[in-house]
Amino acid sequence: MKWETVIGLEVHTQLATQSKIFSGSSTAFGAAPNTQASAVDIALPGVLPVLNKGAVECAIRFGLAVGATLNRVNVFDRKNYFYPDLPKGYQISQLAKPIVEHGALKIVADGEEKTIRITRAHMEEDAGKSLHEDFHGMTGIDLNRAGTPLLEIVSEPDMRSSAEAVAYARALHTLVTWIGICDGNMQEGSFRVDANVSVRPVGQQEFGTRREIKNLNSFRFLQQAIDYEARWQIETLEDGGRIQQATVLFDPDTGETRMMRSKEEAHDYRYFPDPDLLPVRLDESWIEAVRAALPELPAAMQARFQREYGVSAYDAAVLTGSRALAAYFEAVAQKSGQPKLAANWVMGELTAALNRSELDIAQSPVSATQLGALISRIQDGTLSGKLARQVFEGLWEGAGEVDAIIAARGLTQMSDAGELETIVDAVLAANQKSVEEFRAGKEKAFNALVGQVMKASRGRANPAQVNDLLKTKLQ
Amino acid sequence: MFESSLSALAARLAAKDVSSRELAQAWLDRIAALNPTINAFITVDPGRTLAEAAAADAMRGAGRAGALTGVPIAHKDIFCTDGWLTTCGSKMLSNFVAPYDAHVIQRFKAAGLPSLGKTNMDEFAMGSSNETSFYGAVKNPWDPTRVPGGSSGGAAASVAARLSPAATGTDTGGSIRQPAAFTGITGLKPTYGLVSRYGMIAFASSLDQAGPMAKSAEDCALLLNVMTGFDPNDSTSLDREKEDYARDLDRPLAGLRIGLPKEFFAEGLDGEVAAAVDTAVNELKKLGAIPVEISLANSRLAIPVYYVLGPAEASSNLSRFDGVRYGHRAPEYTDLNDMYAKTRAQGFGAEVKRRILIGTYVLSHGYYDAYYLQAQKIRRLIADDFSEAFKVCDVILGPTTPGTAFRIGENSDDPVRMYLNDLYTIPANLAGLPGMSLPCGFDSGGLPIGLQLVGNHFCEARMLNVAHQYQRATDWHSRMPTNL
Repeated sequence: MKWETVIGLEVHTQLATQSKIFSGSSTAFGAAPNTQASAVDIALPGVLPVLNKGAVECAIRFGLAVGATLNRVNVFDRKNYFYPDLPKGYQISQLAKPIVEHGALKIVADGEEKTIRITRAHMEEDAGKSLHEDFHGMTGIDLNRAGTPLLEIVSEPDMRSSAEAVAYARALHTLVTWIGICDGNMQEGSFRVDANVSVRPVGQQEFGTRREIKNLNSFRFLQQAIDYEARWQIETLEDGGRIQQATVLFDPDTGETRMMRSKEEAHDYRYFPDPDLLPVRLDESWIEAVRAALPELPAAMQARFQREYGVSAYDAAVLTGSRALAAYFEAVAQKSGQPKLAANWVMGELTAALNRSELDIAQSPVSATQLGALISRIQDGTLSGKLARQVFEGLWEGAGEVDAIIAARGLTQMSDAGELETIVDAVLAANQKSVEEFRAGKEKAFNALVGQVMKASRGRANPAQVNDLLKTKLQ
Repeated sequence: MFESSLSALAARLAAKDVSSRELAQAWLDRIAALNPTINAFITVDPGRTLAEAAAADAMRGAGRAGALTGVPIAHKDIFCTDGWLTTCGSKMLSNFVAPYDAHVIQRFKAAGLPSLGKTNMDEFAMGSSNETSFYGAVKNPWDPTRVPGGSSGGAAASVAARLSPAATGTDTGGSIRQPAAFTGITGLKPTYGLVSRYGMIAFASSLDQAGPMAKSAEDCALLLNVMTGFDPNDSTSLDREKEDYARDLDRPLAGLRIGLPKEFFAEGLDGEVAAAVDTAVNELKKLGAIPVEISLANSRLAIPVYYVLGPAEASSNLSRFDGVRYGHRAPEYTDLNDMYAKTRAQGFGAEVKRRILIGTYVLSHGYYDAYYLQAQKIRRLIADDFSEAFKVCDVILGPTTPGTAFRIGENSDDPVRMYLNDLYTIPANLAGLPGMSLPCGFDSGGLPIGLQLVGNHFCEARMLNVAHQYQRATDWHSRMPTNL
């Protein structure tokens, strides 16, 4: 039987506000345990939550960015359960009326464009952390994270492969960092993914029973976990077994998922509206002010790059991988006046160099202005592609500006016809065998001669000129 | 001196006739002598009280005295008080020293009113008799075999027994007004949102409201002037212009329309209470008021609605008492769930457990719509009845309670009968309206009878005006127990 995998993602994004969603404590990561936990965060008797409007604004920004409906009246609900790192014994969240509903995000996976629907996104507070190591049979509780604002973004089960799920997660990651609502740091837990996975025979309409893989904190683990889980479910069904609805955890060491709790063990969270918080109304002027402050979004920018710069859809998608990358590309394109060359250099040489050094675009030692100047020198014939790469290396090493490096290293293309002719003559004289072979009809011999000339000129010869001159001499 | 009004005490302080330290010491001595009988206080800390009194004297010396600077008062043990044991009447918090001041405490501190101590209360404010306190029942100063009402029973008893010039209380379903009625004092529950709930340990967040308890309406007005005001730390706090609640005290009552809800004078009301309230109505008529019959038809549903919504919110509010970060933790347990179970089984009393169970039930999957949601709808209907009523009257008047103070233990085994005590007080909480109770007589057993006033939102000044005019014409409020 042929099987189809069905995936929906729930993504918890920590919102990039200075302070927590219901208290004034800092949200900075990495402080000593419980030093960023105020009376409100540790839920002392008598304390009350006060909503951070910055978190609401982040949610509005997201809703606008995915073309969603924004609920004008927002109610916060209490989700009740006991856990040591949940100080109040309930989490303030949104159940019935999430701030964002009915959005969509375009992805490209396996060369195909697809739209993933976003069911909802709601505001809630993060829990603290339970630390099970280093406490000799006890559990340490760090409440620094408790109350950090989250936007939980829930997709429809629109993905059909781990590749699509990863593409969606990446697109979402790009978007939330792009619009500045999340720092996107997956190691620190700023962007955490839960994957709902089920399988069904191809052609079957109704969904299979799903299992939810919790808390995946890298795209690689997301892919591995879904692949393992789908395979496991298919094998289970093919062996005549049944899938029980459950929550599972992915173990990166074994590459397997394992059961955390079954549906029977699921909590009754006893949601009800939090009486400590008044409904938050979004007025139109607020929404419009947020809309006006939104940057150009990745999708719009991709379309514009194709239109204005003539780059391919694929290149446009790569170049808008982050706002910083897109801005870098655009600066290079404008400085050089050569958008296609700019795209090739940014996606090629520059990206490769950054990857080698594990640097972010923002940390690039070569500025957009420098790369633009380099491309200008290719365009005006001063540099061949090969020489340009040498100049790029100089820029990367901080050896100075483009023209200074060219002058200092003597990297200009040879423009003196007499100098080139002298080299060609010398090469022909020294390679009689190749000359004869060429004359006997071996085309390859010609290429060997070109190579010798280029070598003798230390790459400075213009390959087109070399071709012309050799042809003339050999006739 | 123990009979003096707050303004009289303030006048003596202003005249340097007495210092705050001397006042505080006098009341501390009286507490030391009488509290063992009344059990009105959970915590008394003379050192702290006298230090606060000295600070108040210094304030006055520096020319920064306000209207009540130096007058000591008592605080219900529901308010977190920096450095003081704050128990909420529960074993659960029997070891909890608050590290911060509730907003109400901050306001009284800033105004220079020293604290005489923390008053006894029903556990987590759940009760109408003060019998559910982990610290033992409070005795009614008029008859120590009887309850003082609750949950602010310690506060009421302290004022009635003159163990404090005045006290703070909180009222979720009648917890200021019912004990005020049972002990012959005056207490006011303000409009919801007027007094910040920050630092006031939550019972039912949408109903809880703090207010003053004192010997007279005038004293309540002065205390309310200190207590009220916007607090950015409470999202339900109202950002309104500051008002003087004493401004209308001397206004004549001519033309005042008093609404008499027929449902409040029906079956279940004690005859002597009904008679006392009738007499009070006649007294007000003499002062120019015009009685108007009104109907609050849905108020008969107030008790069932309250016993769905209150426990629902409480079940969630009390989840934080889990033994993890503060408060009681079971000394022995096998694992996390066992720790939670034992901690809460040991830390909470029977009434608190009952309400947590009810609340958990009505919020559970499959019951939410039938109970919680339905109760919210009826709550709206009850509020609508009041809106209609205030179209034809300025203030609503009736009995505070169906009867007078009952005997300790009398209702302990019958929660529903206990709950019926709050029949007339709960509707105001459900509608967020201000309500007050003032003494209007005594029954044949010598027990005080309370008269309730309910006003429209923000009509505290008018209610205090009515109460003050009544108290100028009568002397029920200045009677005090003679057997102490």
